[in-house]
Amino acid sequence: MKENNVQQQLKEAGIDILKCMQCGMCTGSCPSGRHTSLNVRRLVRHAMRSQDVLKDKELWMCTTCYNCQERCPRRIDIVDAILRIRSIAAHKGIMLPEHQQVIKLLLEYGHAVPIDEMNMKKREELGLERLPETVHKDLEALNEVKTLLKACKLAEIID
Amino acid sequence: MAQLALFLGCVIPNRYPGIEMATKICLAKLDIDCTDLPGASCCPAPGVFRSFDSPTWLALAGRNITLGEDMQRDLLTICNGCFGSLADANHTLKESEDLREKTNVYLGKIDRQFKGTTDVRHIAEFLYSDIGTGKIKEAIEKPLGLKVAVHYGCHLIKPSRDRGLGSFERPRFFDELVEATGSVSVEYSDKMECCGAGGGMRSGLKERSLAMADHKLSKIKEAGVDCIVNACPFCHMQLDAGQPEIKKAFGKTYDIPVLHYSQLLGLALGFPSEMLGIHLNEVKNKKFAEKLKSLVEEN
Repeated sequence: MKENNVQQQLKEAGIDILKCMQCGMCTGSCPSGRHTSLNVRRLVRHAMRSQDVLKDKELWMCTTCYNCQERCPRRIDIVDAILRIRSIAAHKGIMLPEHQQVIKLLLEYGHAVPIDEMNMKKREELGLERLPETVHKDLEALNEVKTLLKACKLAEIID
Repeated sequence: MAQLALFLGCVIPNRYPGIEMATKICLAKLDIDCTDLPGASCCPAPGVFRSFDSPTWLALAGRNITLGEDMQRDLLTICNGCFGSLADANHTLKESEDLREKTNVYLGKIDRQFKGTTDVRHIAEFLYSDIGTGKIKEAIEKPLGLKVAVHYGCHLIKPSRDRGLGSFERPRFFDELVEATGSVSVEYSDKMECCGAGGGMRSGLKERSLAMADHKLSKIKEAGVDCIVNACPFCHMQLDAGQPEIKKAFGKTYDIPVLHYSQLLGLALGFPSEMLGIHLNEVKNKKFAEKLKSLVEEN
């Protein structure tokens, strides 16, 4: 099925992971792989072979530092591929609860990290206005953001 | 020189407002024409929202960019994440007619259109390219003499094909900016390594994310510096707020002060550390605070 095909979707985005020769430059360059089970070379192979990559926990261990993508001798856009695969997974409801929470914050406040009481005080102490000159201070702008996110159907991911 | 509007993002105004204040007073002191950007939202954060839904990421970034277009000003970011999202989105929307049309359908719902008339800058590359270290040195009132561990952060320089800031393996421009304040950029192992916060790691896999920060901090500690200087509030948060979190998780104490470049520059331009919000960091290093105080008294 086309819509379920990870490889097909990557190809449509102009990313050809089949060029990978499994050299391991990516894995050797990966700072996360020093501290987690993330093995980028293996993850790419997983994506080449199976839809099960959508459930691969290592997908979410990438900090998107881009070392692997910069150094790949086959010039494969590895991080872009990981982001695409994550997105396919997220649309199937496969994502961490903490990330669902980040979406909720954006939907409600227009900020992934909204202001809190302690930081309003810090702002005042510094001589800044209590609320920053963002959607936090501008209800009309916040409503604009909410309308836009509704048009994009972002909320459907966490339904 | 381009006229600018300051894109605040989330972490700076809502967690580290000292960086906002420091940036504003430094820009004013350097006579840089930079206004607020009223009504801006989350950029949105590249590691998470681009992971979840690329069209949404592009649309919301597109909206933020149109705010700058309306003001006929370039966006000045002070965060690598905001820079990554907005510069990448701006580039994509300018280059791809298909994605521009699709994004403009969404933006049309709020009576906006992406035109492609503005640029997205990051304060580090802006100061380096458009102001220059020479002019910064001239403006310095207090050569700081601090030993600094420079932390570039990933998205300032990568993906390098879109950034055009030279070598991603061994960049120099940020070190030069730090040295323009009369400080010394100290070499250390794994200097270019990621802080571990990005890609949704800090929010989603906290303990492993902290293990990465712990590694970075251990290398910085070996180098024996006065402080870390970064160009990104998310790296800043990971390396500063991360220190008490690492103490709790792994029982290790570092006590290394963490400054955003705007705060370091602010010190060198003669502003007191309280005005720059350095005391509002999680790490309260008394020795460093005394050192900053003696800097004021010497001059």
